[in-house]
Parts: sequence; C-alpha cells; structure tokens
Amino acid sequence: MTAPVLAPTLAEPPDGVLRRLSDNLYLHPSLLLGLLLVPPLLWLGIVYVGSLLALLIQSFYSVDEFSGMVRREFTLATYGELLRPANLDIIVRSVLMAAAVTAAATVIAFPIAYYAARYATGAMKAFYYVAVMMPLWSSYLVKIYAWKLILAKEGIITWLATRTGLGPVLDFVLAIPVIGGPSLSISFLGMFVVFVYVWLPYMILPVQAALERVPRSMIDASADLGAAPAPTFRHIVLPLAMPGIAAGSIFTFSLTLGDYIIPQIIGNSSFFIGQAVYAQQGTAGNIPLAAAFTVVPIIIMGAYLWAAKRLGAFDAL
Amino acid sequence: MPVAVRFTDVHRHFGTVRAVDGVTLDIAEGEFFAMLGPSGSGKTTCLRLIGGFEQPDRGGIEIFGRHAEGLPPYRRNVNTVFQDYALFPHMTVGENVAYGLMIRKQPRPMREARASEALALVKLSGFESRYPRQLSGGQRQRVALARALVNEPRVLLLDEPLGALDLKLREEMQEELKSLQRKLGITFVFVTHDQGEALAMADRLAIFHAGRVVQIGAPAEVYERPRTRFVADFVGSANVLPPEFAAQTGAAAGWTSLRPEKIRATVPEQDFRNDETSLIGTIANVHYQGALTRITVAGEGLTLRAAVPSDGRTFAIGERIRLSWPASAMQPMDDDP
Repeated sequence: MTAPVLAPTLAEPPDGVLRRLSDNLYLHPSLLLGLLLVPPLLWLGIVYVGSLLALLIQSFYSVDEFSGMVRREFTLATYGELLRPANLDIIVRSVLMAAAVTAAATVIAFPIAYYAARYATGAMKAFYYVAVMMPLWSSYLVKIYAWKLILAKEGIITWLATRTGLGPVLDFVLAIPVIGGPSLSISFLGMFVVFVYVWLPYMILPVQAALERVPRSMIDASADLGAAPAPTFRHIVLPLAMPGIAAGSIFTFSLTLGDYIIPQIIGNSSFFIGQAVYAQQGTAGNIPLAAAFTVVPIIIMGAYLWAAKRLGAFDAL
Repeated sequence: MPVAVRFTDVHRHFGTVRAVDGVTLDIAEGEFFAMLGPSGSGKTTCLRLIGGFEQPDRGGIEIFGRHAEGLPPYRRNVNTVFQDYALFPHMTVGENVAYGLMIRKQPRPMREARASEALALVKLSGFESRYPRQLSGGQRQRVALARALVNEPRVLLLDEPLGALDLKLREEMQEELKSLQRKLGITFVFVTHDQGEALAMADRLAIFHAGRVVQIGAPAEVYERPRTRFVADFVGSANVLPPEFAAQTGAAAGWTSLRPEKIRATVPEQDFRNDETSLIGTIANVHYQGALTRITVAGEGLTLRAAVPSDGRTFAIGERIRLSWPASAMQPMDDDP
C-alpha cells in the first residue's frame, strides 16, 4: 500500500584496502593510538631524552689539564669546578637576572592579561592578540639590535631624557653600582629591560589563559560574600591565576637562564650561564664543564617547580 | 508586613536593549518570592540589581528601607546562590562556607563552628575538608546555599538554583528550600523560567515579559486569572480565545483564557449541559503524559488544547470530538498582549 519513504539510494562503496584499514582502526582504537604515539615517543625517547642523558654523562667526565682531552672516567671534579668563585658568580648573576625578569614580567603582564580576559571582546581581543604576538613574529636578533640602538648613549632614550630635562635622572640611575654602567646599552639595567621585553608574551598568554577560566560569577560571589576588590584579588583572582603565573614564569625564568645572545649584545662583558656553556664547549673545548653548566638550570627549574607546588601554585588546576 | 525589597520604576538598559524597563514591585519580609519569565525577560537582571552586581540607570531600589543605588554588593546584607554555584575551586568546602566570615575577620574557631552549623543545615555535615570538584551537582548546590546562609542575610537571592539538577533531585530540593525558608524566616527571592517550580514554591510571584512585570500575585491567582495573553500562555499554557469567540458565546467581552484541564472531551453525539460552551473539532495531536492526556483539537477556526484525565479512553489523530467547558471557566483578560 505505502512505498518506503526513504529508498536506499546510497550504494555501499567497494571494499578496498584503505576501507578495511579504516574499519580496523575504528574498531581497534588502541591500534590507532599506537600508530599516533609511536613516532613522537621515539623522537622524544631517543633524540631528546637520549641527548639529555648524554649531556648528563658528559658532565661527570673531566678534562685532562695537560692534554686538554676528555677523560672518560666518573668524577665529580667538574661539578667542583662550578663552585669556583668565577663560575659561581656566573650562576648567581644568571639566577638573579632570571628572577628579576620573571618578577617584572609578572607585574607587567598581569594587568594586560586581566584586561584581555575580562574586558576585551571582538575587535579589541583580536587587536590584543596581534599586539602581544607581533613581537614574536619578527627576528629575535633584529629586536635585540633595535634595542641596542634604543638604549645606546646616542639613542632615543638618552635623547628624550635630555630634551625633557630628565638627563640627571638617567645619569643618576646609570650611576647606581652593579645595575648601572656607562650607558643603558652597556648595563645590567638595559639587559633587564630587553629580557623583559622579549619574554613578556610568554608570561601574558598563560596568565590570560588562566584568568579566562575564572568565571565572572566567581568574582561576583566573592563580592556578594562581603569582599571588596582588594581582598577578592588576593583570595580569589590571584590564587586562580597562579597556575598561569607558574607556567609563564617557567618560560621567562628558563629562557633568561639559557639565553646567550642578549648578555653578549647588551650589557657589559660579564658572563651568563648561556655564554659560559657556549664558550666552554666552543673555544675552550671543555665539554664536561659546559655540560655541568647546562645541568644547573635543569636543577634550578626542578627546585623552582617543586617549591611552587609546595606553595600551592597548582591547587587551582 | 515590612517591605524587604522595593523597586520603584527601575530601568536598566544595555546599549539599545531595555533589559529592565520600568519595574515597580514590593517584596515583603519573610516571603518566598519568585520572579518568573522566559530568558531575556529581565528577571535575572532584576536579581542582579538587588544583589548589587548591576546598578539601575533610573529608578529606586530600597532594601529594608535603605536606598541601595550605588551600593556595591559587598556593602549589602544580601547573599546570592549563583546559577553555576560559583564555588571557589581552590578552597575546601569548609573554607568556601566560611569565606564571608573570613572576609569579615571573624576568629577562626568561630568561623569553623558556624561553617559546620551551616553545612549541617543543608545536610552536608562532615564534608568540610572536601574540595568542590569532589562533590556531585546537588551537593555543590547545598554548599552554595550554606555559603550564602552562613552570613545571615536578610534577603537570599537564588538565580535558577535548580536548573542544573535532574528531575528527581530538583523536586527534592524544591521541598527542602521551601522548608528551609519557613524555618529561617528569611526573604527568598527566586529566579526561574520554570513555571511549575515557581507555582510550587512561591508565596507570590512576578511574571516578567520584555523587561516589565506583567502580573504579580499568589500562584493560584496568577494561574486562575492570568491578566494578559502572555501570562495565560506562559503559566500553564492556557488556551487564549479571541474576543469574537467570547462575544459569540456571550460569556464575556474581550480576550479570554481557558485552562486545558477545565475542558471535557466527549463523543460528538453526546449533548452538553446548558451552562456549557462547546465545539466539535478534529484531533490534531495526542500527547500521553501518564495521569493526563493532552490533546490538541482544531475546529470552528480555533485550535484548543485540552488536558483530560487518562481513564482508559484512547484518542486517535483525525478523530472527531466534542470539547465542552463551563462558561465560567473562560477568564476575561486585559487587551495587552
């Protein structure tokens, strides 16, 4: 009486090899997972962890002082060398710089990230992303040389300072021992400014991502329960942003610790860890000491993460 | 009875959207007041105006006789249970509940004692050291309730608090909220889009439509005598009969509403009583709901919904049927839409 409303009009495609393969992958998800995971695991396992292990092993060798050859015997002598005042200076200097850069980047990034997460919408949000990311698109070296010119004695900052009558202020700042110097481009202060500039996006983005996940109602709830904006910030916003700050500070801290270009171009000739590694493995040919130097940031980062976890930085995850 | 919350011609506009467009209402102390309306009708904005999360563009808001315009949320003796509960994920249940006391710098032992009391009130004793993520939806809702109540608010605001719960739990919580409100005697202001929930729980309710309050009254009053076509349809989906129909039957003038459950369904041949209005139509749809069967009947230029007790009778689509109802069941309404 009634014809079927939906006639089977879709013909079954032929049973090809590819089709059988996709059927198999669909029915055996573990097979698919294996296919997807094995190449990256091989890469990570052999190339990455392998080279890291090789590095670690190298750091337990030492260099024969007469022949300059690497002696392949287990020793802690190379690590002992790290503790020599000159090398210890390098480590302390690098860590202090990394800590200062991280602190400054956090303070500068937070309001920007907060604005982006809470207030920016539509075109403003797009503009924000472009503004934050754009510095990452241009060449690292170009940016640093640009900063060298900005910070130089003949550069725009000195020019602006003299034009606005702030020359004495600049001179005063440059006269401060340790962080000052003959000009901003040859001082720790200048180096600090450039470090903060180049690593800032790496702090802004994770902090913004963390703040993005704090719903408006949570801030409303805090106010509803009697908290003025300052206590709300301390008890709710900051703890919830902590995982983002921790993630961002891993970037800023470790990138500063490992960098060897900025200290070479901006700043006086005092060494940083990155430069020490570069010099030891290159001109000095002391691979074990270079390896020992690279282990330092790894240990510092490990300790840093452990402390952050103990302080509850990841509780909100 | 003293007035807990008073709105006087309150306006709140967002750009060109008139979210709240001249609302005037009084909420009495100790009453369970529901604000009912479809989404975008302005009910949530009104709740946020009481909480202090929004400020009126125009008009006055008084909370217990005190002008509240310009007062931030943290300076009002009002607490809110948020739709998504808004529990702080980095704090334990105990810390969440004690948050308001901690902010007010109460000593720790007192904080903990009061938090435990509040948790006992919502039947969550012993949950102090858990984290919100370890709780079920219903438990989170109770924590949100305890966190608000521990501050002893004079008005408790509830923003669709049962929306995320499943049916059984929702019914349980309805009863519990109601008995909690009776026990504490606090004014509850409850926002919902679920008319069944509002009718079941509220002492009085306000129906919102397009930023305005279209009717305020006790549930039975609003249900039995909807003032406008919108209320008739939104609360219990009554039939709305055009003025011509009322005129033809001589029952009333103007628009009238007719509750589906006031309609009898019989075979066309059967006579109807003298005091009844009747029409014969064809069944367009049948919706079996257990205790009731809802049928949609088209006839004489009208489409009527009737809800008849399921008594073993079966209805078939296309069947001719007589619908009849007492003339008194047709409730006259205002001409407003």
